[in-house]
Amino acid sequence: MKRQMRRTGRRHPLATVALLALGLTFTGGAYAAFSASTAQANVDLTSAATVEEGKKLFQANCATCHGLSAEGTAAGPSLIGVGAASVDFQVGTGRMPLQMSGPQAEVKPPQFTDEQTKALAAYVASLAPGPAIPAADLVEGGGDAANGAELFRINCAMCHNVAGAGGALTEGKFAPELTSVTGTHIYEAMVTGPQNMPVFNDLNITPEDKRDIITYLKYVQDTPSPGGYELGALGPVAEGLFIWIFGLGLIVGITVWITAKSN
Amino acid sequence: MATDEHSGIMPAGASSHAAHEAGDPGTAVVIDRGFENPGFPPHRPRVTDEDPTRDRRAQRTVYTLFYLSILGSVWAIAAYILFPMESGDPGEIRLNNLFIGLGSALALFGIGFGAVHWAKALMQDIEIADERHPVGGSDETKAVAAKVFADADRESGFSRRSVIRNSLIGALVAFPLPAIVLFRDLAPQDVVPEELLSHTLWKKGTRLALDPSGAPIKASDVTLGSAFHVIPEGLQDLEHGKLEEKAKAAVLLMRLNPDELHEAEDRKNWSYNGIVAYSKICTHVGCPVALYEQHTHHLLCPCHQSQFDVTKHCEVIFGPAKRPLPQLPIAVDSEGYLIAQSDFHEPVGPSFWERS
Amino acid sequence: MSTATTTAPQKRSFTSAAAVYVNERTSVAGFLKELGRKAFPDHWSFLLGEVALFSFVVVLISGTFLTFFFQASMAEVHYDGSYVPLKGVEMSVAMASTLDISFDIRGGLFVRQMHHWAALLFVAAIGLHMLRIYFTGAFRKPREFNWVIGFLLFVLAMAEGFTGYSLPDDLLSGNGLRIIDGMIKGIPLVGSWLSFLIFGGEFPGTAIVGRLYTMHILLLPAMVVALVALHLVFVVVHKHTQYAGPGKTPGNAVGPPIMPHYAAKAGGFFFIVFGVIALIASLFTINPIWNYGPYDPSPVSAGTQPDWYIGFADGALRLIPPGWEFELWGFTWSFNILVPLIGLLVFLGAVAAYPFLEAWVTGDKREHHIADRPRNAPTRTAIGAAGVTFYAGLWAAASSDILATHFKLTMEGVIHALQAVVILGPFVAYYITKRVCLALQRKDREIVLHGYESGRVVSLPGGEFIEVHQPVDEYERWRLVSFEQYEPLVIRPDARGKITSGQRFRAALSRWFFEDRIAPVTKSELEASHHSGHH
Repeated sequence: MKRQMRRTGRRHPLATVALLALGLTFTGGAYAAFSASTAQANVDLTSAATVEEGKKLFQANCATCHGLSAEGTAAGPSLIGVGAASVDFQVGTGRMPLQMSGPQAEVKPPQFTDEQTKALAAYVASLAPGPAIPAADLVEGGGDAANGAELFRINCAMCHNVAGAGGALTEGKFAPELTSVTGTHIYEAMVTGPQNMPVFNDLNITPEDKRDIITYLKYVQDTPSPGGYELGALGPVAEGLFIWIFGLGLIVGITVWITAKSN
Repeated sequence: MATDEHSGIMPAGASSHAAHEAGDPGTAVVIDRGFENPGFPPHRPRVTDEDPTRDRRAQRTVYTLFYLSILGSVWAIAAYILFPMESGDPGEIRLNNLFIGLGSALALFGIGFGAVHWAKALMQDIEIADERHPVGGSDETKAVAAKVFADADRESGFSRRSVIRNSLIGALVAFPLPAIVLFRDLAPQDVVPEELLSHTLWKKGTRLALDPSGAPIKASDVTLGSAFHVIPEGLQDLEHGKLEEKAKAAVLLMRLNPDELHEAEDRKNWSYNGIVAYSKICTHVGCPVALYEQHTHHLLCPCHQSQFDVTKHCEVIFGPAKRPLPQLPIAVDSEGYLIAQSDFHEPVGPSFWERS
Repeated sequence: MSTATTTAPQKRSFTSAAAVYVNERTSVAGFLKELGRKAFPDHWSFLLGEVALFSFVVVLISGTFLTFFFQASMAEVHYDGSYVPLKGVEMSVAMASTLDISFDIRGGLFVRQMHHWAALLFVAAIGLHMLRIYFTGAFRKPREFNWVIGFLLFVLAMAEGFTGYSLPDDLLSGNGLRIIDGMIKGIPLVGSWLSFLIFGGEFPGTAIVGRLYTMHILLLPAMVVALVALHLVFVVVHKHTQYAGPGKTPGNAVGPPIMPHYAAKAGGFFFIVFGVIALIASLFTINPIWNYGPYDPSPVSAGTQPDWYIGFADGALRLIPPGWEFELWGFTWSFNILVPLIGLLVFLGAVAAYPFLEAWVTGDKREHHIADRPRNAPTRTAIGAAGVTFYAGLWAAASSDILATHFKLTMEGVIHALQAVVILGPFVAYYITKRVCLALQRKDREIVLHGYESGRVVSLPGGEFIEVHQPVDEYERWRLVSFEQYEPLVIRPDARGKITSGQRFRAALSRWFFEDRIAPVTKSELEASHHSGHH
């Protein structure tokens, strides 16, 4: 990138484009793949066939823990009334089905195709009303990033970090990083409160406000840090380690060279 | 030689050696091990000393580095113009930062590495030995200094005229005191911290409002598992002291299953249908405690990891905090909005001396 | 110079003319005569203090630039600069002007990042420099005062850092100040009044940024500059220490002359340090205040930490177990704040006083100009390792949450482990370090007596196999044997025939300090070993 800049001597507009493309490749790659697949999966969540397919999938894959009709068992909670959004989030991010027990369910490569996930969601949604999968216009950004940023700082940053880098919770649990999560999943997490995350219903944070929050997170995802590489956006700890190990390390190396006798 | 008169301590093996050249060893033991300092090792010439080609090459490297430095400076100025940050787009700022920085770094490295290389490879490679002298100076110097001091004392009468001397010391001690007193008004004159710290904006009937919009909250809005970040209604309209009031009045509103709440008898009516409101300001050193886990009902402070159990009136279960988070007694008004029953019943936030 | 003027005035070049002109008005010739050809011992570890000095110069230069654009006011404005996610947000002028420096002033972000990175490097270099001084015993007479001055500079550097960290009035620094406010309020008797005095009333108030600014750009830098000057004057007065080596004695200082060799190296090194800082600042983001947003008492970010040098204090706060706060006689005693506060003051006090304590225990009153190899002062080195472990435990505790998430641990487990590290770790470190030092000393003795193992095995006529040892040359041998040997002090009655408990204590400390010592090889030992049949 740097070399290309010098060689061609191009001015900033193209350089910016190139940089954005680079940023997209690194950080937004997963997102791009995801949004493409959601666009393709045009599943009618209310059709009886979909619900029936979802029911079969559910009984084969989820019933061990959640019960044959999703009523819950000792191993897993009832899913009646959790809504399509919850299923789409948990299954779509690979958290469910659970592979092993731990402090909390971890993100994995999704175990089901998008159609299967939607079918499962349709089945669970058919059991009792619950939060639905959000409409596309709410999860694709385009809102007020400044309002979103303020709401994010007040409602989310204490767990997820102001830059969405994630953070620690009690007893080994943690708030995941948000830098590669899709808008749909962020929206669904807010309305359903997965794991230990509180619920942010539409009366607390309105759908428009949620769109603004997603707009802000997309801005952070897509915009390279103006200051250069971010060191994980972890704040002063990363900065301190960096200056000791690389800054001072480099300089100590140079002092050895300076005081070594020349050949 | 080796006695320390004041302490009455002597070394175990009294040394027979005369005072070390670096001065009186005190009670330390100096043992002569019999080795002679072999003197400086033979001088080893560098390749640049022996091979004129290498010398010329080193010279070339040095001036090339200095020219590179000039190039770096020119580039940094060029980058200032070429990457102008007109649109305010962070990508553009990144480039501006990057290229001005790289240019400057090149300019600095060119000079730095050039100068060091010059010194290492080309400047005459000699070492010299400086003689050290006792830091206290020669006996002669010390004697002169002592005489100067004694003369000054005699001529001024500083020791003799003790009344003058002591009154001067007294004056010198007293004169900075007014300057210290002048700093009293760093704090406002007419306030008593304890009173301000003991009261917040909450009072009977104040509606609970959303942070930051200030919209009042209905009890029915707060669904199970929710966490609302709350400020008193009217806070956003304050002309002055908005942040000061917010720093005391910030509240976290949560709804739990009422069965899960272990409420004390005298606080049974402080909650409403499982909805509880607690101060968000940590009782340790005041960070906002808002990391609410909706299944464990733990509240975590991200600054020092104090943990509070919401089901047990936010008592401390881990970390350096001692006191539970103060609870805000809430109720519902005729329109269904959540209101405060009163102010907090104790000062919120970090502990202070007078609070109990 | 003066010869040039008297003997050959017609050949005077411009430089020499200028030199004469300046000298006749400043007497600079005497200065050059005194300092120009001083020897400066050459070793990489002797440049660490320069790293600190040079990064401080970078801090001064970049900071001066920033003062032209930064406005230390807490008046509220609505941001209307370039950064989209903060447009229209209410914030203080301090925050808005810092954002303007970052987004609307070309190169502003670069200078800001340089300032912050250089500040981190400044304190880090001081720390490393202090460790070098400590572990080589370079604080001993006559350099005790300079150790104390250096210590004060370390404390001032931390104060400079913290005041600077707080100036942008962003969410991170605001919560940092919130913690400071909470700690101050926990001080018995005066806490809440002190807090009101500092913040000009209730936290956060509208005064603190302006007050910190005065400290940050006026009071503290003036003190740092003055102490740095004094520090350097003492370096000149004492001349630099040197490591033991052939030709080096306590009575000389050996190295290349300041003019021109050392001046070129040190001058070049300044530009290199400057360049490293510039390179880091152009490539790596530091303190992205635009992410944190303006200070507001309600939000906070996960991973809220101070800059690294305050970490040990933050860590100390985190390690206190629950319940260390009591109500007694109608007042609140916040031991959860007092214990870390007093503990750290005692620790820092011990660091400052160490040269005097060691001198008292050893009873040594000589001047020392040969720096010790750490192994040759095992107890001192072990005490240092214990102190470093204590500090590192507190320091790590400041990142307990990040340790937990990045190593998949529980935060509670990390805290408990670090509590153990802080309390038991120093003893373990002391013991291990001391044993390692003694082992290394024994190895040195072996090498002096029997030479290096060459790896070449030969069979003797009698069928015996032996490894040939390569004897050390006399230069290397001198380096290995030239360190001092001490004996513990013993108690003797004082003038009145009494033994005070103070003396007993001192003698006991001295025995402990010098126990397990290993004496350097003497010449007679070496000769004996050569005669005993070894090759």
